[in-house]
Order: sequence, then structure tokens, then C-alpha cells
Amino acid sequence: MDVSAQHDASSIGHVAEVGEIMQAIAEHKGCGTSGGSGKASCGSQAGQGDLPTEIWEKVKNHPCYSEEAHHHYARMHVAVAPACNIQCNYCNRKYDCANESRPGVVSEKLTPEQAAKKVLAVASTIPQMTVLGIAGPGDPLANPEKTFKTFELISQTAPDIKLCLSTNGLALPDHVDAIARFNVDHVTITINMVDPEIGAKIYPWIFYKHKRYTGYEAAKILTDRQLQGLEMLTERGILCKINSVMIPGINDQHLVEVNRAVKSRGAFLHNIMPLISSPEHGTVFGLNGQRGPSAQELKALQDSCEGEMNMMRHCRQCRADAVGLLGEDRSAEFTTEKIMAMEVKYDAETRKAYQEKVEEERVAKVAAKQEELAELAGASSDIKVLAAVATKGSGLINEHFGHAKEFQVYELSTAGAKFVGHRRVDLYCQGGYGEEDSLETIIRAINDCHAVFVAKIGGCPKGDLIKAGIEPVDQYAHEFIEKSAIAWFKAYLDKVNRGEIEHVERGDAVIRQGALISAA
Amino acid sequence: MPFKIIASQCTSCSACEPECPNVAISEKGGTFVIDPKKCTECLGYFDEPQCVAVCPVDNTCVVDTSLPRYQAPV
Repeated sequence: MDVSAQHDASSIGHVAEVGEIMQAIAEHKGCGTSGGSGKASCGSQAGQGDLPTEIWEKVKNHPCYSEEAHHHYARMHVAVAPACNIQCNYCNRKYDCANESRPGVVSEKLTPEQAAKKVLAVASTIPQMTVLGIAGPGDPLANPEKTFKTFELISQTAPDIKLCLSTNGLALPDHVDAIARFNVDHVTITINMVDPEIGAKIYPWIFYKHKRYTGYEAAKILTDRQLQGLEMLTERGILCKINSVMIPGINDQHLVEVNRAVKSRGAFLHNIMPLISSPEHGTVFGLNGQRGPSAQELKALQDSCEGEMNMMRHCRQCRADAVGLLGEDRSAEFTTEKIMAMEVKYDAETRKAYQEKVEEERVAKVAAKQEELAELAGASSDIKVLAAVATKGSGLINEHFGHAKEFQVYELSTAGAKFVGHRRVDLYCQGGYGEEDSLETIIRAINDCHAVFVAKIGGCPKGDLIKAGIEPVDQYAHEFIEKSAIAWFKAYLDKVNRGEIEHVERGDAVIRQGALISAA
Repeated sequence: MPFKIIASQCTSCSACEPECPNVAISEKGGTFVIDPKKCTECLGYFDEPQCVAVCPVDNTCVVDTSLPRYQAPV
């Protein structure tokens, strides 16, 4: 059977499941709404929670869809799609830096054949790599031949790898059938507005049907096509995540309306990301001084949308050629030159055995959290605090304070530990910022946290953190994050209740805007 | 006059190549070039030159004033 026939056959089987899955999505309204335990049981946050099994099966090993999975599973992007059909004021694809991580940035563009070899090389080296995405640096659907050729080659050689793509949505309605035919599991659509007046401030132009459109007209076409494409995908049972860039003063208030619009059309997850707009990136927003949101502004918007649907909080806004776990980038290990020289042995059995071990670890982690939660049961308090965690993955507190390139932030309350975001603190790229004291920038990045959990920390930063009002916690080194965070919070509450310490609110924190060093 | 691509500004994104109705655009030395013999300024095909309309960098696909205007066949 040739590949296209295989796809046809599987898509027939697929159609039968679609109705059930869509029914399940329709019945699933938000998360954690019935238990009174906040959103800690949300599918995007932790385990299956109250997510229907059909959907959970599709997302549980996807690092970009499941917050819990991103500790354990890796993804990769292949940069086969350099062309784009719209211009965004937050994007400048001309800028490329090997040490920088943000969407649109790549070190080299690949042909579909090179991409297929890269996927095999990475999958053989990183057995927890479960997802292959095409996310630019342009728009995958403005490059349909390259995108679908890549999917075809990968489905032939590594059929266990899930496929996904990320698009601006302009060309989406034209390609929904192909997306279904190639068994693409997940599609991400970037939707920043449903009001063309607002869209005109974000998109200077689009190229559509052989014509360049600008202003209101361009934004109207774009929003119509995005929402139409979203509806067509969800009708076919293809999971859709929506990305939105939060641009203060332009669409920050409006994103609540966007959230409602995409939820009503069956989107499964909403990822509201902060605008990246450093002047040195050369984007329109960067050059005209448009600021990005603060950590608290971003969290407040995400919280206000959460009642409507699942919110994604662990997005790293990664490169279009990123490789590895979210939060680490191993793309430098897999340059075209190195890949072409590699002898690749794709061993599906070894991968499967490794992933089974990962599953055992995950089960142990969930059990540990449950145990600690049972201890907390009965405690009642309105106090909520944020805690930062230094981790290299696997859901453990296993990173030295001084080596952390990012901190994961959890909100602790009597409902448990809820992941609410991450803060990058890696050293700035050369130029401009080098002389700034890195400890000061770290404190600014986690200034809204009461504690920071680390595997180890030196005496000097420890003192400075305490002075800044952030408690360094190293007694849970190499233990599970959530279990430890809940245990610490319980002790914190006890001390407050006994009057040993006074609970005080923390201030805001700064979201890192500079170029980021991603190489290990 | 046919169009040309200013190589120093071309990001090599390849957006123009498939849009050209005359197949006049190809990749050469890391950037894209327009074959002036094939370029018809999109006359007879579209209202606006496609390479200009789709190019993400302004003033990169420009008229080559050193060459004569395209003459549509009679």
C-alpha cells in the first residue's frame, strides 16, 4: 500500500472516532470547575484530571499541550518553511542569532529530505522525542509543498512520531483536507484578534489571492480565514491550540473576547504569550517602543481566561528549529553538517522501552503529589504564594541556583501546587547588558515569588535572596517539585498560623526581553 | 523595465519564487534572482508585481532602470 492510500485508509477509521472526540470536547468545559479545587486538575496543567480519555490519549505525551508531559517528553521543529504570506509587527525573520531563542529564528533552513534525516537522527539520540512540528520560520501553509512532503517522508520512516504544525491561518481553509490526510495530530493557529480594527495595528499587510492587502481590509480577511480554518479543523476532530501574543495597549483587553471566540469554535487550549519586543530584534514594535507585559499582567489575563478553557502556561516561545525538552535547546548538536555525517539507526523498540520507563517515573511523581496533598487536606487559608523552582526536567528539583537558565513558577494554595509559568534568567547575549549584575536580574525575574527551590545554592546569592525577601529552599534537593512545594507551603502556613512569621504580598516581576543564550 | 532583487536585502525566504507567473525567479548563491529576459512585470497576469507584493522586506524587489521596459507581444 502506498503512503497516500495508507493515509486514506486511516482517515476513514479516523472519521468514526471524530464524532466521539468532538462530543467529548463539547462536554468538557474548562477544567477543575466541579471539584472546587481551583484549576489544579486541568488537563494542560497536571495529569488527566477531568479531561476526557480520548483527548488525554492525544495530548498526554505532547510537551506543548500538557504541562506535566513537558517535564518528560521532547519535541523538535524542522525549519522547512521560510516563506510567509503575512507581515506581523512583532516579527523580524531577517534577524538570526545562534544564541537566541524566540519564534522565527533559525540557524539554517532545510529541504524536506534533510528534515526527514534530522528527525531520524534526533529520534535515535533523544528517545523521549515524541512530537515533530513545523513552525516556520515563515508560515508552514505558505510553503505547503515543503511542509507536506516533510510530513510524508517522516510518516514513512518514523510512524510513531506525532506531527503538528503552527500557522497564521490565512491559508488554512485551503489545506484542511491535506492536514487530515497526513494525520496531523495538532494544529496551532496564532490568533491575536477577532476585531479587524485591532488587527490593523498588528498586521501591516497580508498577501492573499495574488494581491497585497493592508489595513482594516487585510485584518478582516485574516480573521475570517483564521476562524473558518479553526472551525473546519475542529469539525474533523483535529485538536487545535490557539496562540495569542499579548500586546499591552493594543490587544490585551481584547484577548478575553478572542478566548471566547476560539473556545466556541472548539479550540482545545489557549496559549497567551508575552510580546517580545527588544529594539535590537528590529521588529516594528521593538523599534517604536511598544512594551511587553509584566509577569503579573500576563498572569492576570491568563487567570481571567481560565474559566473559559484550558490555558497553556509553559510555552517557551522557542525557535523554529528548536530540539529537545522545552526549556533546553539542543539544536546546536544537530546541524545539517553533523546530521549528514551521522549514521542513523532508527530503533522503534528502544524508543518504546525508554518511554515505558518514563511512564513509570510519571506515575511515581503523581503518587507522591497525591500523598502530600492528602496531608494538606483540611487546611483552610486564603493565602496564595508563588514559588520558583530550578529544574532540569523529570519533574524534579534538580538544578543548581547558579546554573538555572529559567525558573518554573508554581502558585501554592490549600488547593495544591499549580504551575503558572516560567521565568527565563539565562545570561544575556553579547552586547549591552553584560555588565549588569546577573543576580539582580534573577531577583527581578522572580520578584513576585516567596521562595525559590534549588538543588544547591552558594552562600552569597543565598544572602542576597533573603535580603530581597525570597526564601532559598534547598532541603528538597532532587525530590519531586509539587510534593516538595506543597510540603513547604504547609510548613509556611503553620508558621503564619503560629504567628512566627507574617504573610506579606510580593510585588511584580519582569519578563525577560533580551536575547537568550540557549546553548548548554 | 523588469524587476530585480537587491541581494544584500534578500532574506532568502523563497516567498517570491512560486508566485512568479513567468518562472523568472530562482535561487543563486544563497539569495534569489530574477531573470530579466523572463520578467514581464506581471503584465497580463496580475494587477501588481507578485514579487513586490509578497516580499517581506520593503524596497527589495525593485524596478531595474538600467534595462528597457517590457514590451508586450502584439
